[in-house]
Amino acid sequence: MARRRFPGHALADAFLMLPMVLPPTVLGYYLIVVVGRNGVLGRYLDQWFGIHLMFTWQGAVIAASIVSLPLIYKAARAAFEDADPRMVLAARTLGASELEIFLRISLPLAGRGVVAGLMLAFARAMGEFGATLMIAGNLPGKTQTLSIAVYDAVQAGNDAQALWLTLLISVVCMCVLMASSRLLQAQH
Amino acid sequence: MQRPSFFARALASGLCALALSSTLHAQELTVSAAASLTNAFQAIGQAYEKAHPGSRITFNFAASGPLLAQIQQGAPVDVFASADQETMNRAATARLLTDGTRADFAQNTLVVVVPSSATKTPQALQGLAGADFKRIATGTPATVPVGRYTMEAVQKAGLTDALHPRWIFGESVRQVLNYVARGEVDAGFVYRTDALIERDKTRIAFTVPTDNPVRYPIAQVASSKNADGARQFITFVRSAQGQDILGRYGFSKP
Repeated sequence: MARRRFPGHALADAFLMLPMVLPPTVLGYYLIVVVGRNGVLGRYLDQWFGIHLMFTWQGAVIAASIVSLPLIYKAARAAFEDADPRMVLAARTLGASELEIFLRISLPLAGRGVVAGLMLAFARAMGEFGATLMIAGNLPGKTQTLSIAVYDAVQAGNDAQALWLTLLISVVCMCVLMASSRLLQAQH
Repeated sequence: MQRPSFFARALASGLCALALSSTLHAQELTVSAAASLTNAFQAIGQAYEKAHPGSRITFNFAASGPLLAQIQQGAPVDVFASADQETMNRAATARLLTDGTRADFAQNTLVVVVPSSATKTPQALQGLAGADFKRIATGTPATVPVGRYTMEAVQKAGLTDALHPRWIFGESVRQVLNYVARGEVDAGFVYRTDALIERDKTRIAFTVPTDNPVRYPIAQVASSKNADGARQFITFVRSAQGQDILGRYGFSKP
């Protein structure tokens, strides 16, 4: 995506960024329609492989992955665009294969950016709420994520528990943000 | 003189509109009601507005637990109707209700529903312990009354351990109904009136006996700024016309 322009490039770019701007409930609904037990794909996952994604932690992982995808994509793309194209050209004239160039030149050059993006995506995934609640439900001990546990505690009037969970999430997110911005600064 | 900025003008006109809209609806009433009352109360609201010209009702439907939490946190609510006595008792203990306004106004029954496409239909609670019912939905017991009624009935039948790994908890009885209607779960606990809403997609398997009858209380919220309206609405719900509408949606008299 960073190096070449191909037909439909802008469309693909927008599609990958879409989860960042779509309401989580819309993503959740898409997921139910696609991977639900009677969903477009879910029906076959169930019949052929016996895989259920609704109300499972695997479903929560899919929801969190899709929601945090744009953050990784954007950070990685910026990092690859930043990398010096002369390095790649030099490697190519020296006879390196495309795979070798990617693994030994492009990826190491963009490494910090990719890792920083991963960390941001992790923080975003941890805060995922809407889509997760819709596909994985809220099963204590099974699919109840930290952010859903906060919602649950507030709904039940359990303010003390909500406060502890909130503090925990805030501290973790602060650490992730500081670490990722340090990584990016070191790159420039 | 410098002309006021676009932002300032937009802000001013917005505030004017806000002030105007609040005076236009001086008889505005906010009713927080249990999710299972959604359709019946919407119909009652329309009838009430027709009978009391100039009044406007805003409904806030959710599980009774979250509604109580909202009122506790100072939500501007005039009337509260819950699906169980326990939630209303908690509201009374927290001194959130106006004394002497509480009354029971409707009754319901707990039923087990299965998706209409289901091949197996359980005949009693014991049947749910069979291998065909891997996922059974009910409300979160801490905040959703239908969950509490369910757990009481399941415990009495001695099935607490057998059903424990199968629960899927919904945020309200209507979410449980939706899970069953979509076929995402094999069975679910809802009220009879909910099952009637999704007649095409769900099928009532059997009625669940409950120790405590599913009886709905209504009361005026103490912090209400429209006490007359609140009292009028409660009277209307309990009147022959209100009871008639509730009956049409499958509720029985308390």
